[in-house]
Amino acid sequence: MIIPAQYYLTISAVLFTLGMVGVLVRRNALVIFMSIELMLNSVNLTFVTFARQLAAIEGQVAVFFVVVIAAVEVVVGLAIIIAIFRTRSTVDIDDVDLLRG
Amino acid sequence: MVAAAGALAGGVGVIASRTPVRSALSLLLVLGNLAVMYLLLSAQFIAALQVIVYAGAIVVLFLFVIMLLHMRTGEGRVEKLRWQRPVSYVLSGVFLSALLWAIWTGTGTQVATSPAGFGTVESVGRSLFTTFLLPFEIASVVLLVGIIAAVVVGRPVVPPSARAHLPPPE
Amino acid sequence: MPGSVSGLIVLFPLAGWLINGLAGGRLPARAAAMIGSASVGLAFVVSVVSILDPRVWQDGITTRLFTWIDAGEFTVEASLLMDPLSALMALLVSGVSFLIHVYSAGYMAGDPAQSRYFAYLNLFVASMLLLVLAGNLVVMFVGWELVGLCSYLLIGFWFERERAANAGRKAFVVNRIGDAGFLLGILLLAVTVNSLDFVNLSASAESIAVPVATAATLLLFVGATGKSAQLPLYVWLPDAMEGPTPVSALIHAATMVTAGVYMIARLQALFFRAEVTLSVIAAVGALTAFFAATIALVEHDLKRVLAYSTISQLGYMFLAMGVAAAPVGMFHLTTHAFFKALLFLAAGSVMHAMHDVIDMRRLGGLARPMRWTALGFLIGAAALAGFPLTSGFFSKDLILERAFAHAEGGLTLLLWIAGVLTAFVTALYITRAAILTFAPPPSHQDHPHEAPPTMTWPMAALAALALGGGILGAQAAGAPLLHALDAFFHVEESGAAKSVPALALTIVSATAALLGILAGFGLYRGRRDVSLGALGNLFRRQWFVEDLYEVVIVEPSKRLAHFLAGTVDLQIIDGTVNGVAAGFKRSSAALRRVQTGYVRNYAAVVLAGTVLLLGYWLTR
Repeated sequence: MIIPAQYYLTISAVLFTLGMVGVLVRRNALVIFMSIELMLNSVNLTFVTFARQLAAIEGQVAVFFVVVIAAVEVVVGLAIIIAIFRTRSTVDIDDVDLLRG
Repeated sequence: MVAAAGALAGGVGVIASRTPVRSALSLLLVLGNLAVMYLLLSAQFIAALQVIVYAGAIVVLFLFVIMLLHMRTGEGRVEKLRWQRPVSYVLSGVFLSALLWAIWTGTGTQVATSPAGFGTVESVGRSLFTTFLLPFEIASVVLLVGIIAAVVVGRPVVPPSARAHLPPPE
Repeated sequence: MPGSVSGLIVLFPLAGWLINGLAGGRLPARAAAMIGSASVGLAFVVSVVSILDPRVWQDGITTRLFTWIDAGEFTVEASLLMDPLSALMALLVSGVSFLIHVYSAGYMAGDPAQSRYFAYLNLFVASMLLLVLAGNLVVMFVGWELVGLCSYLLIGFWFERERAANAGRKAFVVNRIGDAGFLLGILLLAVTVNSLDFVNLSASAESIAVPVATAATLLLFVGATGKSAQLPLYVWLPDAMEGPTPVSALIHAATMVTAGVYMIARLQALFFRAEVTLSVIAAVGALTAFFAATIALVEHDLKRVLAYSTISQLGYMFLAMGVAAAPVGMFHLTTHAFFKALLFLAAGSVMHAMHDVIDMRRLGGLARPMRWTALGFLIGAAALAGFPLTSGFFSKDLILERAFAHAEGGLTLLLWIAGVLTAFVTALYITRAAILTFAPPPSHQDHPHEAPPTMTWPMAALAALALGGGILGAQAAGAPLLHALDAFFHVEESGAAKSVPALALTIVSATAALLGILAGFGLYRGRRDVSLGALGNLFRRQWFVEDLYEVVIVEPSKRLAHFLAGTVDLQIIDGTVNGVAAGFKRSSAALRRVQTGYVRNYAAVVLAGTVLLLGYWLTR
């Protein structure tokens, strides 16, 4: 059974949009982070899909690197969130507006 | 199909759940379903990676931080940005429809017959250690930098009174 | 390799400059003088060796050092050119410089800044040699500016004296005016001819449109008037006498001030295309010659007399250039370098003996204690006055002859008349200077002493040259120099020169000179000074040229400066600046609202941009 690539891409697109909406409407920094992970995963899905369709292993290698970078990003990002929470006792990013002009 | 439905449900769950814990668990759902899909797409190595790194490490890390900060929603009552929510919905809708339009009207290519052993650890590893050796090594350095950065950023702030007893920096 | 020899000529003084400039302070004073003199002496030896190459006398040797500017079709090589003209100048510059370096060793003995002095002097020699050996206008301009810089540094050598510092500044500023003209001329040539190489320029001179050639040559001539102290830019040269006397001899008499003449000779073919420019040059030259000579008549300062005399003699050279007699002009340049350097060195010797007293009213009777100096001065004076059979006689006579030959009656004959009159006045003022300085009654109290041998020997050498230099151009001796230069300048022997009653003209100019000398004796013998009445006043005020400068340039400049400082700067410029600042302040206050500080806002904006881009791609 071979499912056409379009279906995977559709799921990927929907997941990406969901992640985007999450980033835009949620205010909890942790949830925003998870939404970003969602978007990364949707892109990964696209990569794998095209790797399969074009029989090119490079797509999967790219996914590997994305995963590595995502791990690093999560580690650093969570450390930053903890630091912010320590100093400002909040994870609501709307409270973090020091850059306000 | 089941995997797709599970993934989408999880995605909705991530952004809609009231508490971060539920979001994190929904994320776990998404990741697991995606791993299934990777398997269907003959990407066994990536599927394994997904389960180990994402589900095993990243989500656990999320949960750990949530427990550490033990908070409910983390969001204030008042939405300060009144236009943010509707504008986001509209823009996202436009974006999604544009993507779907592009996906479904695009010229579909023939699915190539994948060679034997495609997507196994062996094939991915061979590619990683030959063509992409330099990026691979750089990735390891990035990981190291990330670890150090996390330690530095997460280090407790030393109060000035305590700092006075420390030896002066070089 | 003979081609690289001309590079060596420049290199030796440059090395001397580096050594003296960098390590000079740690060397003993005598070592600085030795290095300075030796490096220039070596340059002279190399010059002599290099002219033995017969190719120099045929087409000249071009040495390409490297490509300097390479912009499409327009290229400028850093190249040196060795041909009869530059060979003559190189010999002259290095030879006279060597003598003056030796003289300086004696003159500057005891000065605490000797190494600085010799470093400057060496740099000057290197720059001057670069100027004369330059293969194109750009390299020449580099040398031109460098000699200007050295001139400034050396005029203001005793910078702790305010007058010296001011004189240096004046020279610098006045020279800038000329240099601006020179640079514009170069640029005009670069744009129109597309080449600045001397050989190319001479070859393609025929194809240059006359108006372009006129404009370019006039601009170049402006540069020449600045460097060579012609009307109206002469004012810096008399003040330049504040520098050490050997400097005056070397830079402000023998070499640097002749750069303008040399440049015109170098671009002879180009200047021939522009009749108008030639007329202007001749007129300016004749006028300057007469004008400066009259001022020299009433100056009290011995060195300033010589300075005005230099201006006057440079006027002669320009006159020669203007009447298309470049070889003769170069001949006069050569003899003038000899006798004027000699005069300056003698004057320096007097200053040395009299503890820097240079006012002729306080001198007198020096012939007895300073026999050699007096003899040297007399020889130089005789050559300057054009006493028959001295070098100056031949060269000046030839210039007047050519001026007469060039004249076509009427106004053009005025050039010749001015020349003859100048010859008379020249003889008069130099006689006056000689009598006031050396003839009794003595007005000095202490006992002046003869200069040390390092100072008298160069004077002796120059005296011999001033006496015998005429052989180079005397018809009776075959005129070797003129023949060489004639061939180079392609002067036809069958020119107008034949129709001139040469003998009669010679008698006229010799008579003028002799009359001048006799008049000098008559006027000044046994007297301290003569006022010359109203005419003297006119001369003393420099024909009101300085006053004219004051009224026309200095005062308006001051007012302009005040206007610029008060109105333009405070109101317009500061106003603009403040206005710009205020504008930014207001616009940034408006823009500040964009920076809400909410990350999600930014994300939304990013998304909007993404959607727009996506829409563009999909609908394209």
